[in-house]
Amino acid sequence: MKVGFFVPCYIDALHPQAAISSYQLLKRFPELDVEFIERAACCALPLTDMGYHKKACTLERNLVPLLAPYDAIVLPSGVCTDQFRGHFDSVEQTDEVKHIREHTYDIVEFLHDVLKVKSLPWHPKFPARVALHNGCHSLRYLMMARPTELMIPHFDKAADLLGMVEGCEVGYATRRDECCGFGGTFAIWDAPCAGQQGLDKVSDYARNGFKHVVSQDFSCLMHQSGVARKNGLDLKFYYIAEILNGDAQP
Amino acid sequence: MSQVNQVKNGARFIKDIPHRESHDRCLWNARMRRDQTAQAIPEWEEMRDLASQIKEHTLSHLDHYLEEFEKNATANGIHIHWAETPEEHNEIIYQLLKQHNVTTATTGKSMTMDECDLRGYVEKRGMYIHEADLGECIQQLDNQMPDHIVVPAIHKLRQDVATLFAKKLGSDPDITDPHYLNGVMRAYMRKKYEKIEAGLCGVNFAIAETGGICVCSNEGDVDISQVVPPLLIASMGIEKVIPTLQGVALYVRLLSRSALGLDITQYTTHIHHPQPGQEMHIVILDNGRSKRLGSPDYWQVLKCIRCGACMNTCPVFRRTSGLSYEAVYMGPIGCVLMPSYDLHRYARLPYSCTHCGSCGDVCPVKVPIPELIFYWRGVDVDKHQSEKVHDAEETAAELMLRSSKTLAMGENMALWGLRNLPQWLLDSGLNPWADVHANPEPPKETFREYYRRNYKKIEFMNKTTDLHGFLSLNL
Ligand code: SF4
Ligand code: SF4
Repeated sequence: MKVGFFVPCYIDALHPQAAISSYQLLKRFPELDVEFIERAACCALPLTDMGYHKKACTLERNLVPLLAPYDAIVLPSGVCTDQFRGHFDSVEQTDEVKHIREHTYDIVEFLHDVLKVKSLPWHPKFPARVALHNGCHSLRYLMMARPTELMIPHFDKAADLLGMVEGCEVGYATRRDECCGFGGTFAIWDAPCAGQQGLDKVSDYARNGFKHVVSQDFSCLMHQSGVARKNGLDLKFYYIAEILNGDAQP
Repeated sequence: MSQVNQVKNGARFIKDIPHRESHDRCLWNARMRRDQTAQAIPEWEEMRDLASQIKEHTLSHLDHYLEEFEKNATANGIHIHWAETPEEHNEIIYQLLKQHNVTTATTGKSMTMDECDLRGYVEKRGMYIHEADLGECIQQLDNQMPDHIVVPAIHKLRQDVATLFAKKLGSDPDITDPHYLNGVMRAYMRKKYEKIEAGLCGVNFAIAETGGICVCSNEGDVDISQVVPPLLIASMGIEKVIPTLQGVALYVRLLSRSALGLDITQYTTHIHHPQPGQEMHIVILDNGRSKRLGSPDYWQVLKCIRCGACMNTCPVFRRTSGLSYEAVYMGPIGCVLMPSYDLHRYARLPYSCTHCGSCGDVCPVKVPIPELIFYWRGVDVDKHQSEKVHDAEETAAELMLRSSKTLAMGENMALWGLRNLPQWLLDSGLNPWADVHANPEPPKETFREYYRRNYKKIEFMNKTTDLHGFLSLNL
């Protein structure tokens, strides 16, 4: 299977380790021919999010020929995956575009649903209690876990994968899937509310005695770690692939 | 009217810690109770599907069901009036009150009357409408809009109520005991009720096949409106009609569970004809609804049954208060409904949202609020309604994000800034992020740089066929 690895702009610049771990993780599967899509830039989310569909269209048009050749496009980011699947619609919906939208996966979904990973033979260890933060887009738009609003059977794909890591004990904040306030550009133009939401979230971890927080959306964690540090809370934040690939230690 | 700046209003409420914490806690608890009661019903999600489908069916045959309702209600001895605008709505009710020489009326909670500002209209003409719902009554005494459509005074602490009652009703400002405060209110209400000459109420469901209405309340305010006075006037939007009485059961099961986590409203009142010797009227309001119905983009807002669940769950609403929206409909549903009333005034509401998606998942009739938020942001940008706060930054973003090369330039600039600029500048007002966040620690290299250093040469050697792609620099 020819896999295109797409690195979202914020990960490239601010937390490259998320991409390094994900890339190396994908490279572990011999059945995959993994290629970093080097020339692909941003998924256009910041523009679509704010209603700038015409501007988003330019970006989307540039991306189509870069992404279309792959059987699967894998991203280390739930929110950007949702952008492709749910909102890549400023551009004309050609067969190529449809192919891209249907074959874009967040890496957690890709491991869980496509590769159907049941164990991690490289034996990663993370002997600690971790709070799992399922980001809103991964949770409610990509349905990677059961949102507490919906009365359906429980499942949690990220927790399943973390369960394969030796010593890793998964828990949740009390308000386990309340939004932490990142919301893309929201954290900048409604900083007071985003900041309060973030503070409520990180205080919730601290109250529950967590020292480590893991998520499949590093965008949320960028926000949460910024708020935690500003408020002097002792919490460490990890992108899920860092733990799955065995790169992070508590 | 000037544009509502919910962010600024909300920021004030956020700083008011006791009020914000109480607002957030009370409404989050309502959401938790909702989860518990919903969890106890195995067919909950099927009920939501069905409730959404019935609404969609009814809305696509609305003319038919409204006519059926009018015919059957008239046969029951109820007078039906049609109002296209708030003025028509208010004038119809004012004239009815005048014909009956009414000076004081009572109203059980009605959203359409709030929407039309009926109280203001008749007060200017020398009549007084007294709110009978406790929360609404508190807000009326305080001369303030409701904070929430179901719990209008939820933003007030006990002390606020004690202070208000002391000022307006002469009670002891230092006693905040709820029983005492209830007693004060009860004594005040009783005196008001003695003079009531007409009763007004809202409508939760108008039943086409029977020509009756169903009104849900928790305090019996609607029942006093209905039973006591010789004149009863109900007000409803055209979207309140549903086909059958059986359908009511479905919505009643969903409504109160979604709203407050109660199995059923305390009073679920069915009114199918006037009381003996009473005259009963129903005013059916359009006020832009048929235009909304005609829009392929946002007609689904009309499915809303006004349960308030979306407000309880919204992380922004709980922390910023309903008052910050300066609107009759606030919170998530307000963000997607108010722009259709006044695009300029409410152009910025759709930005008061993190896109968490929770409102769409709690909504008992599946109004796709998060999608509609995207829609209204697009409308705002296309029509240039909101202040141009975002234009410059979004143009810059587009230029920077359009290719990997420009992105790398932008990233390098940002990282250079993080690594080299003095802390005071990074934390200044030029960087809104720094108001609430510590700045990120800049990594030593980007992923692209890492990739080039570690993999590029190897992949290049393995895949000489990809030479063209590798060398191509035209973006
Ligand atoms: S999607 Fe937006 S409006 Fe809806 S609950 Fe989340 S923040 Fe509130
Ligand atoms: S949009 Fe849905 S959740 Fe919100 S008030 Fe209306 S029916 Fe209730």
